[in-house]
Amino acid sequence: MTASHKPERRDFLKTGAVVAGAAIAPGVLFYGIAQGRAPEEGASSLVRWGMLIDTGKCANGCTACVNACNTENGLSGKTGPQDSQWIRKLNIKHLQTGIEHNLPMLCQHCANPPCVDVCPTGASMKRADGIVLVDRHICIGCRYCMMACPYKARSFVHEPLADQNPDVPRGKGCVEACTFCVQRVDKDQQPACVEACNADGHQAMLFGDLRNPESAIAKAMLAYASVEVRGDLGLNTGVRYQGI
Amino acid sequence: MTDVTCFSADCNKSKLFWGLLALGGLVMLSTLSAYFYIEHHGHIVTGMNNQIVWGLPHVFAVFLIVAASGVLNVASIGSVFGKKIYKTRSPLSGLLALTILAGGLAVLVLDLGRSDRIIVAMTHYNFKSIFALNMIFYTGFFAIVGLYLLTLMDRKLKPWSHPVGFLAFLWRLALTTATGSIFGFLVARAGYNSALYAPMFIIYSFAYGLACFLVVQTAMYKWNNIQIDEYVLGRIKNLLAVFVAASLYFTAVLHLTNMYFAKQWDFERFILVEGDTYPMIFWLGQVIVGGIIPLLMIFSPGAAKSPARILIAALLVIVGGHAQMYVTIVGVQAFPLAIFPGYAETSSFFDGVVHPYSPSTLEVMLALGGMATTFLLTTVAVRILKFLPIDKLDQKH
Ligand code: SF4
Ligand code: SF4
Repeated sequence: MTASHKPERRDFLKTGAVVAGAAIAPGVLFYGIAQGRAPEEGASSLVRWGMLIDTGKCANGCTACVNACNTENGLSGKTGPQDSQWIRKLNIKHLQTGIEHNLPMLCQHCANPPCVDVCPTGASMKRADGIVLVDRHICIGCRYCMMACPYKARSFVHEPLADQNPDVPRGKGCVEACTFCVQRVDKDQQPACVEACNADGHQAMLFGDLRNPESAIAKAMLAYASVEVRGDLGLNTGVRYQGI
Repeated sequence: MTDVTCFSADCNKSKLFWGLLALGGLVMLSTLSAYFYIEHHGHIVTGMNNQIVWGLPHVFAVFLIVAASGVLNVASIGSVFGKKIYKTRSPLSGLLALTILAGGLAVLVLDLGRSDRIIVAMTHYNFKSIFALNMIFYTGFFAIVGLYLLTLMDRKLKPWSHPVGFLAFLWRLALTTATGSIFGFLVARAGYNSALYAPMFIIYSFAYGLACFLVVQTAMYKWNNIQIDEYVLGRIKNLLAVFVAASLYFTAVLHLTNMYFAKQWDFERFILVEGDTYPMIFWLGQVIVGGIIPLLMIFSPGAAKSPARILIAALLVIVGGHAQMYVTIVGVQAFPLAIFPGYAETSSFFDGVVHPYSPSTLEVMLALGGMATTFLLTTVAVRILKFLPIDKLDQKH
């Protein structure tokens, strides 16, 4: 497991895949997915991870969550049309009233994810605890999931990568998206964006287990009206917004 | 069928044959070099990005895949509906179905982010995915049409050609429906939110397939110095006209029904009137060049006596088909996705703005590889086997 996390080994696998792919693939598939816990432990369906975002508290111009995500997941932070953005600040202005909201937009970790439905190989998958991930060893880079996602939550890796976080496997030619920082969540930590938002004193993002009635997020969801983005699509998103 | 003149008998056209192969080979070489270049540097060297994720290669690939199932229509009319002038053309129709599909799939595979994982793609199936279903349909198509060709060409298997032909007919309908559904399933995208996609793709496939067939047939007749019978050409050209007209009709219905839904207005205005280059490609490319002009040419007086005119009409249908695919695939992605309907959106990820796309030369080189594959396979096949359709006079009636 540790050996598999070394970048050189992954690089070797990348180039060697053409000749040896079929032979060695079964052994390395486990490690294609970002994860903190041992694979055999698995994720529990008793938990459903979710996020509640209070747009009223999200500050205009603040990008603490975006920066934290880039650092944690080894993204360049560049914002060209071909660069990956796992979380972005979205400013929305109502066409009639002119009222504005700021909010972070990220993979909504849908319970009925279109990206998983359309993925031909099964690389896009939903863990038992609701986190939607891409197994980067099975992804063939067809980008069908990007066509299917209603939130433009996914990015395609357009160029070779260097200096990566060993806990977050990424690779040229594969599609990727927010993982709820699964490598942290599996160690009982908060996603990097949530931590950064709190550290900046905004407290606009609340992360936790939607299935646990005692959790702060479950209580907040009962106390405040919140919405699913594009709720009309019936995807049952794990990320909810309040204040819109 | 049995007295088909031999294509290679004494044609003494070896030089030209090798010349054609070299030409196709050169295009293929440029495709492969583009492929290796992109494979090495990543898709950053293409015009595609995180907003326009499917570009020119998909336009060409999907055109070929759709045309491949359509070209088999000629054989279906012959085998399933028993029309003689089409029966004569069944072997060529079956062959083209295979070579065109091979061309389309080749481009799709070469454009994958990880085309080296083709084994993974073939061993991991998500059966819920219409894309995976398509792969199964394509594989089945190769097998069934290959078998069908065998029944047509082998005397002993001949009695089987009818049932196998019928199976091929059903299979190709399913295949085109599945291809069309790739887009129909993308509910979040304004442009694809219509159940019409699957039937519309079937109609398109009829037109594109027959047009491809006509082009190849004309080339083969020219090569063998054979004059096509006026009656036969007249029948085929009229069939093409029906398909082209039906395609135009379906296109009109799609846009009219879209306009019926207020939430689709913005998209319709974008694609039909003001959106970048797309309205021009739609009206000029798909409707006028690919629809109206071919119809006028087909119905112009004396068209049945002029294979050249019909050839041009067929070529225009093919050009129009590519315009249609460009609008369907790229145009729909260029239109900003409404994440919050009713709101104006801005972000660092190009939300709320029209996404520009200009294909790089590499994509053009990659895209042309599909046609080159089809061309090479077809040229070799018709050289070594008997595919030339010969009409007997008494077959007309
Ligand atoms: S937001 Fe997009 S990427 Fe995330 S689970 Fe939903 S469909 Fe998939
Ligand atoms: S790009 Fe990868 S994750 Fe997305 S649909 Fe294709 S194989 Fe699945």
